[in-house]
Amino acid sequence: MTGQLSLYFVTFALTAYLISAVSFAIDLTRRAPVRPTRARSLVGVGAGGADEAAAGGSLGRDAGIDVVVDAADAGSTSDPVPGAVSRRAAGIGMSTFLAGTALLLAGVVTRGIAAGRVPWANMYEFTLMSVLVASVVFLAIQRRTDVRYLGTFLAGLAVLFLFLALTVLYLDPASVQPALQNYWLVIHVSIATSAVGLSTVGAVTSALQLVKDRYESRGTQPRAAWGRRIVASLPAPESLERLAYRINAVAFVMWTFTLVSGAIWAEHAWGRFWGWDAKEVWTFVTWVIYAAYLHARATRGWEGRRAAWFSVAGFLSIIVNYWIINQFANSLHGYSGLG
Amino acid sequence: MARRGGYRPEGLVVIGEAETEAAAAPDEGAADGGAAPGAGDGAGDGAGATVARGTGWGWREWGRWGWRQLTSMRVALLLLMLLAIAAVPGAVLPQRLQDAAGVAQYFTDHPSLAPWLDRFSLFDVYTSPWFAAIYLLLFISLVGCIVPRAFEHARVLRQPPPRAPRRFTRFPAHTAFASGLPLDDAVAQARRGLRGYRLREESVGSGDARVVSISGERGYLREVGNIVFHLALVGLLVSMAYGSLVHYRGQVIIVEGETFANSRLAYDSFDTGAWFDEDSLGDFRLRLDSFHAVFLPNGQADDFRADVAVIDADGAERPASIKVNEPLRVGGASVYLMGNGYAPKIQVHDAAGKLAFSATVPFIPTSNTSYVSHGVVKVADTSTGTQIGLNGWFLPAAQIIDDGAFADSTAPTPDDPALLLEVWSGDLGLDLGVPQNVYQLDTSRMTQSVREIDDGAGSTTTAPVRVEVRPGETVDLPDGLGTVTFESLPRFVGLDLRYDPTLGWVLGFALAAIVGLTGSLFLPRRRVFVRLGLDPRGRTVGTAAALARGDDPGLARELQRVTGWARTAPRTAATDTASTAATTAATADEESS
Repeated sequence: MTGQLSLYFVTFALTAYLISAVSFAIDLTRRAPVRPTRARSLVGVGAGGADEAAAGGSLGRDAGIDVVVDAADAGSTSDPVPGAVSRRAAGIGMSTFLAGTALLLAGVVTRGIAAGRVPWANMYEFTLMSVLVASVVFLAIQRRTDVRYLGTFLAGLAVLFLFLALTVLYLDPASVQPALQNYWLVIHVSIATSAVGLSTVGAVTSALQLVKDRYESRGTQPRAAWGRRIVASLPAPESLERLAYRINAVAFVMWTFTLVSGAIWAEHAWGRFWGWDAKEVWTFVTWVIYAAYLHARATRGWEGRRAAWFSVAGFLSIIVNYWIINQFANSLHGYSGLG
Repeated sequence: MARRGGYRPEGLVVIGEAETEAAAAPDEGAADGGAAPGAGDGAGDGAGATVARGTGWGWREWGRWGWRQLTSMRVALLLLMLLAIAAVPGAVLPQRLQDAAGVAQYFTDHPSLAPWLDRFSLFDVYTSPWFAAIYLLLFISLVGCIVPRAFEHARVLRQPPPRAPRRFTRFPAHTAFASGLPLDDAVAQARRGLRGYRLREESVGSGDARVVSISGERGYLREVGNIVFHLALVGLLVSMAYGSLVHYRGQVIIVEGETFANSRLAYDSFDTGAWFDEDSLGDFRLRLDSFHAVFLPNGQADDFRADVAVIDADGAERPASIKVNEPLRVGGASVYLMGNGYAPKIQVHDAAGKLAFSATVPFIPTSNTSYVSHGVVKVADTSTGTQIGLNGWFLPAAQIIDDGAFADSTAPTPDDPALLLEVWSGDLGLDLGVPQNVYQLDTSRMTQSVREIDDGAGSTTTAPVRVEVRPGETVDLPDGLGTVTFESLPRFVGLDLRYDPTLGWVLGFALAAIVGLTGSLFLPRRRVFVRLGLDPRGRTVGTAAALARGDDPGLARELQRVTGWARTAPRTAATDTASTAATTAATADEESS
């Protein structure tokens, strides 16, 4: 009964995310006027020079601002042309995204009630949880700074993952085998799924950074008008880099915790804390990639664009772990529940 | 600028190194360059790479060059990438330690490829020399980098913050303000605003030309966290290595009512590390009193519990239970419940009617939901001299069709238990001196009892005889070999005993790593400079700037907070001149001193 209700909620959430993705896409391709001069003006000018100009300018102009902050460090990821174009589509995107998230939350809660345990014990439920966490992270960041340019990509991924969850991964709610009946299921798996959600947002931001950076550094523009508009709508690569870093830093701590809590649980359940099980290996690989990401950011010649590739690679490794290892590898973590 | 590469996962702005230069170099460009993020050194790993490779290098120069390379961030990054890539084959190919059967299958499926993969240790990735080489190099690089940094940080901790640089405008956050307070009160207020910071105060000039500069620094724990994290990883590796050297691990099957004594010979399988010491085998015995299993209606397991008695060396008994997620800690070892099944008590009388065999025989489940289990009975001591082997299945909820041609179990619970046995006679091969698997029958010197079947078309074929026995029944064996009795149906548990004295260390280092990592990423390391002086009209004016290590979204807010006591000056030409005048005065004084 509640299981069926949960299914309805998730399906409606999927629909809401779909509408949200389309609305955000309309917003993204419409909102920013194409300004070819912007990209060109940055070419050949060092970041330091641009920052100094910006800082000097604001010193002179905005007498009301108490603290002057360099443009590069402002942490602002806001719209380059605020208020220039109507953002009604983005508004629709936001409200449907919010609705989708609320519906998904309801779906997850009812699922937990139907199964009589925490709703993250098989791949269908992991997927729901990860999408939910990614959505909540997006909404939380949006409260502080305008990141609606991420909306279409995150809503799009939510649609994709929820669709796969419903079609490929769905299982009727049931209780779990003895090895999983443990408070570590609550801790380890919830942190792991949250880490997946965070890494997703981080990787999308890094991917957008790479796109923006590519066109800025080459001084070229996409051929299609909508492509130009999307690129113009994105904030500077430096802002995207900072946002991605803040998300990925939290994600890395969560991955570390996932590994450690997993090791503790494995020691309790399987008699060894580390056994190079296929799932353990891929989580380790993911962790090392994120460690490399953090080191790359601090290595001269690797910060910025190259570091962003690590963020994207980390996400791809999560996808491999999730969609390939879970299903096909001979792993103790084989809890997809799919024959 | 930096002499050594840095494990600096967070930062683009280097505080530690900037400080020495800001203090030491009087040249304005260098002082500002060292502090400002735009011009600041990102990683400081350039040192190794930019060493000129001049001619006539001896081994000492090469050694130093190699060490610098190894401890540079760039090489650490490379090794991290290599480590990630090197770990992948182990997740794709079956590994001997985890899945020996999978490796054997791979050899059968890919007879030409598998030996080549094996030559590169691709079936033992995590114990292979090349994998060890990567992580050992990584850890050497880590130690070579983090230990000097730890000493450097210890030095920084004993010193006051660096002197304030001349110009504040190139800092990521800066501000100017005026105050109605006299200069000395303003200085006191500024110090109060910087509570929690480590401070350095310097005063140049006198009277109306006096300029006071305050440097404040906080968040030293960020670097401490970074160092703790990396050292904890080293500790983790060392404890795991030590644990694998001294550990022992054994598997044993215990049937209800039986007692297991913790000694090497009592184990069904036993392996140890190279430095294993027999004394680490705790002196205790375990008796399995009962085993409880709960299954869901669909056959899925819901709960397993083994009730045991732990018997100490002096004979004292205490009850304990072992569950799937709750190992029993006893005698320095951990006891895990890894498997369970049925162990029917079977008696065999030989052709002469003499009791030839009476024991419980563990039947190993081949399915987790039906508990169709396989087992072997080896009857060696018959009075007739013909040895008997029984090879068959135990079915907890038996469904047997066509005299045993088809058999299955409909549930894991013993609703309608039955044994279905194929009968062999001859020589079991036990006296050949070759170790035998107790769960397999070597039939090379035995013949199987068969029966003839009329296929209905006039001809006959043969099929193995399958003897069906129910609890309490005694059934004749074919070919007059004797009888078999199914006496009772106790259960067995498969236990894993593991001794690893480093478990606590491993956990401690892992938790230290998490705490250190969190600190190194999220504790802000900030430096705030405040300079106060008087403008030509005798009013107290000031400038302030803030600098952070790594990403710090709260930096501007922090600067606002620490200067909150002062009223922000309207940015008129007068105040700009005033602060410039103050700065210039300071500069002039510093240069003259």
